[in-house]
Amino acid sequence: MLDVVNLSHTYGTGPKAHHALGGIDLRVAEGELVCVVGPSGAGKSTLLRSIAGLLTPTGGQIRVNDTEVAGTPGDLAVVFQDYSRSLFPWVTVGDNVALPLRRRGKDKAARRAAAAEALAEVGLSGAAGKYPWELSGGMQQRVAIARALAYRPALLLMDEPFGSVDAQTREDLEDLVLKVRDHHRMTVLLITHDIDESVYLGDRVVVLTKAPATIAGELKVDLPSPRDQIATREHPAFVHLRAEVGRLVRGRDEHAPARP
Amino acid sequence: MTVTTTGGGPRGTAVSARPAPRRGAGALGVLGRVWLAALALAGWEIGTRQAESVFFPPPSAIAARMYEQWLTGPAGRVFLTDEALETFGPSLARMLGGWLIASVAGVALGLAIGRSRALADYVDPLIEFGRAVPPSALVPLFMVLFAEVTDMQLATVVFGVIWPILINTIDGARYLDRLHTDIAQVFRLSRAQRLFRLMLPAAAPKIVAGLRLGLSLSIILMVVSELVGSTNGFGYELLDSQSLMDMTRLWGIIVVLGILGYVLNTTFLAVERRVLSWHRQAQQTT
Repeated sequence: MLDVVNLSHTYGTGPKAHHALGGIDLRVAEGELVCVVGPSGAGKSTLLRSIAGLLTPTGGQIRVNDTEVAGTPGDLAVVFQDYSRSLFPWVTVGDNVALPLRRRGKDKAARRAAAAEALAEVGLSGAAGKYPWELSGGMQQRVAIARALAYRPALLLMDEPFGSVDAQTREDLEDLVLKVRDHHRMTVLLITHDIDESVYLGDRVVVLTKAPATIAGELKVDLPSPRDQIATREHPAFVHLRAEVGRLVRGRDEHAPARP
Repeated sequence: MTVTTTGGGPRGTAVSARPAPRRGAGALGVLGRVWLAALALAGWEIGTRQAESVFFPPPSAIAARMYEQWLTGPAGRVFLTDEALETFGPSLARMLGGWLIASVAGVALGLAIGRSRALADYVDPLIEFGRAVPPSALVPLFMVLFAEVTDMQLATVVFGVIWPILINTIDGARYLDRLHTDIAQVFRLSRAQRLFRLMLPAAAPKIVAGLRLGLSLSIILMVVSELVGSTNGFGYELLDSQSLMDMTRLWGIIVVLGILGYVLNTTFLAVERRVLSWHRQAQQTT
């Protein structure tokens, strides 16, 4: 569904140039949830912004369903880390969710209904009339997820979506993502710096090296489904996988068990 | 957010843990706020009565004159006299008309300039020059350019009022939150949505500040423009009183202009509180 081919990006030119991405090849199959992990400053966000069309990479290709895209792909939604700035404070929660649906050719009543349904799905039924600043951080991030859900994207990008919420909220939101993803069979690419999270959520974990980032390795996660915050995390396979991912992130060896 | 003022009922002590309202409560509070104004008025009255100067009539005489001149009309039109209608009407039309034209033009231009770096680079020097020219200096020019006196007056008001609105709008539109524009792009918001749901509201606090500055400027420029070649309005009345040496009438017009400015500003603030309530609340919580 998503093909990233030899993607590279350099910020600036000359001696001050920063090579963020040094040739990334990444493939995400339909319905797959892929987590990208890497050390801080590895260019994870550059990768996501390139796929979202928010910056033009200096090299390589992005293909969605075998068609090359320049700019923002049509069926794409993004959940950003900074929930406090990702919603418009001057419109209600319901309008924040409904706003992108206008392009989808829905009339006002249908947009409102779709927004209410998405909000109910993230456990916020009844919050449509509130303003974002009346909600807690975790609830604001739920709204951002609801906005993405209502949009019914073919591909959902998440950029460190739970990096700024407390631990309990984080677990709730992780399970929420797994639930809605199962329900809608969405294709998800989630970026995180948290190794445990990547193993817990992902069907596959892709590890980036330090900048200029390349793929350090990738691991298939075959943990029993549905995942459970307690049971999954004490499963021997989970412990093993997270150790493997941890080694890849630390860049222990060039000859890691790459590309299974 | 509403502040309820309770008169010390049975629950008066129970809520004492709450922060006390900043302003005093009830009739005592009102008294506390106006006593200085009342004192000043009394001082003015006594001082002018003592001085017995023809140039400084006592406020009681000014008030009586204002009443007789403007408020002795038929009850059907709130007692306004013909003279009041002939003065207030054209003046308010010039002032508010000029302010509205400047507002629409200033906001539209400001949004366009604020969102385009290239355009801003071109027009910035022009704006800096334009705002530096005192609008009153252009009155003679406008008198030559416009055959109609009303056009000249409107042009003077518009030219003076547009700068703070334009500059504030540019400033507000220029610094949009990057994440907001990212969201607009990813979710493919339409041009109209970007304009009305993102740019205008995001810039609204700055725009509103510009509009308020413009409103207070519009009173000044309305009077200035009426001081030349006009046959009605406050400026004309001022000149007419001066030539007749009718000082009580002259003072009455000055007082009315002060009241007008106060009422306009208060009204504007009330509207602003409603329109920007999201902004105040969001600022408080984040």
